[in-house]
Amino acid sequence: MSLTLERPREAAPSEAPAPLPQPAQASEPALHDILIIDYSGELEKTWATMILASTAAAMGAKCRVFVTFWGLQTFVRDERRITGRNWMQRLLSFMQRPGISHRKLSKMNFLGMGPWMMRRLAKQYQVSSPKELLEVAQALGVEFMPCQMTMDMYGLTKDDLVEGMGEPVGAATVIGLMQQGSSPLFI
Amino acid sequence: MTDLEIAQRVDAKGLSCPMPIVKTAQAIKGLSSGQLLEVLATDAGSVKDFEAWAKSTGNPLVGSSAEGGVYRFVLQKK
Repeated sequence: MSLTLERPREAAPSEAPAPLPQPAQASEPALHDILIIDYSGELEKTWATMILASTAAAMGAKCRVFVTFWGLQTFVRDERRITGRNWMQRLLSFMQRPGISHRKLSKMNFLGMGPWMMRRLAKQYQVSSPKELLEVAQALGVEFMPCQMTMDMYGLTKDDLVEGMGEPVGAATVIGLMQQGSSPLFI
Repeated sequence: MTDLEIAQRVDAKGLSCPMPIVKTAQAIKGLSSGQLLEVLATDAGSVKDFEAWAKSTGNPLVGSSAEGGVYRFVLQKK
């Protein structure tokens, strides 16, 4: 609990100047909001996003994740195979399968052998999967904000995306949050 | 510190980052102010992580020890 001492309003101006505002107590430091821009959609980067987002929330920070471009593909429901309305959108989803369980590595993907080994190792060392971490992050109150422009470009609707996504937003929301002091992280 | 004072225990042994911290954050929600939470972990990174978590959340780390590769942290709900 923080204590603030207010000067009485009727205090004469000739009085000693008001003391400087006290810094936040050591037990209650002021925490910046965290804003992650999930842009790339690759397996290792999706993993990093989910680990950092769930940790931020566990540490008491308000954490938001703006999902845009390839990052949005991560948040399409796993069971959706072909998405989009026109042939280009549908072909793009065919070429790169959407869904958090179907992410590829940016390096050493080797037709899926890299991700398969990563998942095996993660299991062996009890590292939670991106999908599990997404559920944890959502349970801890992380807000996932899809990019409206990317949804339009890929022909995605809210029904294509996983449960619990926030309202679609645009770049101005993201910049606004940064201007208000959110610590930004571009992944 | 006797075991009687511990209000809740979290066994995060074997779990990797960030799950020991996540489980701690979830468990401490259920405690009332002043109660103690004990966490057991084997993740070596958790030594620094629990210090950082305590500092950020304001729930003090009142005790820590390591024995046979198991780290024990005692946290007090603020």
